[in-house]
Amino acid sequence: MTRTMLTGNAAAAWGARLAEVDYVPSFPITPQTEILETLAGWSQLGEIPARVVMMDSEHSMLAAAATAAATGVRVFTATSSQGFLYGFEMLYAIAGLRLPLVLVNVSRALAHPITLEPDHNDVLSARDTGFLQFHAETSQEVLDSILMAYRLAEHEKILLPAIVNLDGFYLSFTREAVEVPEPEETKNFLPAFRPAYPLLSNREPVAMGAAVLDPSLYSYFKHQMHNAAENVLTIYPKIAGEFAETFGRRHGIIEEFMLDDADYVIVMTNSFASMGKAEIKRLRQKGKKIGLARLRMIRPFPHEELQRVLRGRKGVAVVDQNISVGKGGILFGEIASALYPLADRPPVLLSFIGGLGGRRFRPGEFDGMLASMENPTESAAETARPHLLFTGEECRQVGRFFAIARGSDNTAHGSTRSPRAA
Amino acid sequence: MEEQDKFCDYLSGVNPVWCPGCGYYGILGALVEAFVDLKLPSKELALISGIGCASRLPYFVKSYGFHGIHGRALPIAQGVKIANPNLTVVTVGGDGDGLAIGGGHFPHVARNNVDLTYILFNNAIYGMTKGQFSPTTTLFSSTKTSPFGLTGEALNPSALAIVYGASFVARGFSVKKEQLKDLIMQGIRHPGFAFIEILSSCSSFNTTDMNVARLLKAIDTVPADHDPENPVEALRLAGDESKIHLGVLRRSSRPSLEDRFQEIEKKAQRGKSHGIDSLVRQFA
Ligand SMILES: Cc1ncc(C[n+]2csc(CCOP(=O)(O)OP(=O)(O)O)c2C)c(N)n1
Ligand code: SF4
Ligand SMILES: [Mg+2]
Repeated sequence: MTRTMLTGNAAAAWGARLAEVDYVPSFPITPQTEILETLAGWSQLGEIPARVVMMDSEHSMLAAAATAAATGVRVFTATSSQGFLYGFEMLYAIAGLRLPLVLVNVSRALAHPITLEPDHNDVLSARDTGFLQFHAETSQEVLDSILMAYRLAEHEKILLPAIVNLDGFYLSFTREAVEVPEPEETKNFLPAFRPAYPLLSNREPVAMGAAVLDPSLYSYFKHQMHNAAENVLTIYPKIAGEFAETFGRRHGIIEEFMLDDADYVIVMTNSFASMGKAEIKRLRQKGKKIGLARLRMIRPFPHEELQRVLRGRKGVAVVDQNISVGKGGILFGEIASALYPLADRPPVLLSFIGGLGGRRFRPGEFDGMLASMENPTESAAETARPHLLFTGEECRQVGRFFAIARGSDNTAHGSTRSPRAA
Repeated sequence: MEEQDKFCDYLSGVNPVWCPGCGYYGILGALVEAFVDLKLPSKELALISGIGCASRLPYFVKSYGFHGIHGRALPIAQGVKIANPNLTVVTVGGDGDGLAIGGGHFPHVARNNVDLTYILFNNAIYGMTKGQFSPTTTLFSSTKTSPFGLTGEALNPSALAIVYGASFVARGFSVKKEQLKDLIMQGIRHPGFAFIEILSSCSSFNTTDMNVARLLKAIDTVPADHDPENPVEALRLAGDESKIHLGVLRRSSRPSLEDRFQEIEKKAQRGKSHGIDSLVRQFA
């Protein structure tokens, strides 16, 4: 084991390296590119056995990933945002063909408007595809999650591909201390991939990609995928236990931060949870009984774990770093449905949308969310509506942008008479 | 809109964000000069792009603009042109945008002869993502994704355009501004699909392949007696490995997509009168 400083992207590359992946089809996109560049360099130096091949786009990248995985080699790839969406068609194909590869997504908000900053609309768009999803807060967790993701994806009772997600910029380019396991100890935890049903087997050659026009059979296959995903919920604790025994680090399905006696809980995901934790600590110092639950596993959705963590609390606020336009926060709806069957479900369940396009939390916002949980003023029906975290100062800033666009602000730089501004 | 007869009349006021020394400044200059000389009012001009450093150009020019999605510049431009046949549509983008992720659109816009100008900024690198090889990077080049040498052969954009059936194909160089301006003007005036490849350095990530001094030695103008109507000769010049020929490589005259629409409509209208009606009359 070596302790070193790694960015989230470098940790992802190390995860792939330690998993001894065979094939890495790639395509650059900010903020993911470093992962594939690092692997390409190692590959050309002969430091890793993998072939790292740049394709013409993410669609080709995922198509090649799929077929390589089908032939029985261990496949790794990474993308982000627009690239994730461009390859999207292949996600359903890979999952439907039950090909256990690992894809790292470095979250970045989607165009238009064009941005490079993170939110989770990209990765959550894949929530129905059949890919397992693990969302990481730290560089260490990125590396560890990749190793665990292969174990789960390749498990004979699962056989589904997996996504490991990290936030662009906030984690992708942030250096943190990471314990990098030795290749030998990693092998004990993650042995070489032995595909259950390889496409190329001289004993039993198979063909893939059959059409299933019979509706009953189609339903059967889809539900079988669902069952396989749910198997993760029972298999995960065993694999996480083995991981902890091998490497001394335990990763739960949900991270429970200062939750023991918490009456109020904020639910978050990914690296913005680090900012959330700092706020929780501050509120604790003020004597507030508040904690944070960080969802690490998004697919399969951990209903029962969530119920265990959130039942009996006085209030829960879900901070979604995404927006399902016309509905609200994606995770809020999923969490509400998990809690609904409980007699002792939290009486107050609030939905907040924060961090869109990488927006940071502003001072006082966690105090505000806590106050809303303590004194819910709106009717229960209304609390189900999403609240956008947005300050008065931001409103004024937007006003200034509009003034520049209209040409009525003389602080704008240069001429303001562009026809596009109309 | 006010008179536009000067260079600065076409500038949006947004300053280019390209790196110092980027070849794209030269292209922007030639493009704007071409608009001035063509007396093309901004309100009749649409600049369409994909994503990449090249694709940022529409921000800097006073015209209608659309900064799109990586690889989709051509279909976006096609949508604008077909809905607004009277607009002059100029599409700009990088070698990655047009030949890698968007490479599937190029042959179809060319063979359909959509009446637009497509300017491909060939810096033989993915500039915006900071230096990975593109489909036009030469074999064995060292880039961020091929630190010890590239394994793939480079595409030749002008040769491709000719083979795809583009009715106007020219090649320019970002530092040869006068010639470039002239090529852009010819391309815009050309009825049908005009393709212009512009060699350009990327001062941050490709100064080897696209080294200006090296290119200045390697270039030559298309021979004065070249007949651009001859596709075989055009292809020979475009693919010549001993010299990089600058100028109009190919020009042919055939109906544009809009012309074809009108032709088919007329045919269909004529067919109508002795279509179903006449059949029905036979059995009446
Ligand atoms: C679907 C998708 N994949 C990848 C990217 C990342 N990306 C942005 S620009 C670019 C390539 C830019 O190269 P080029 O088109 O040659 O333009 P240049 O920057 O060199 O002008 C890439 C891969 C993206 N924006 N969208
Ligand atoms: S990265 Fe290269 S292409 Fe992009 S602006 Fe800089 S010099 Fe120009
Ligand atoms: Mg380029």
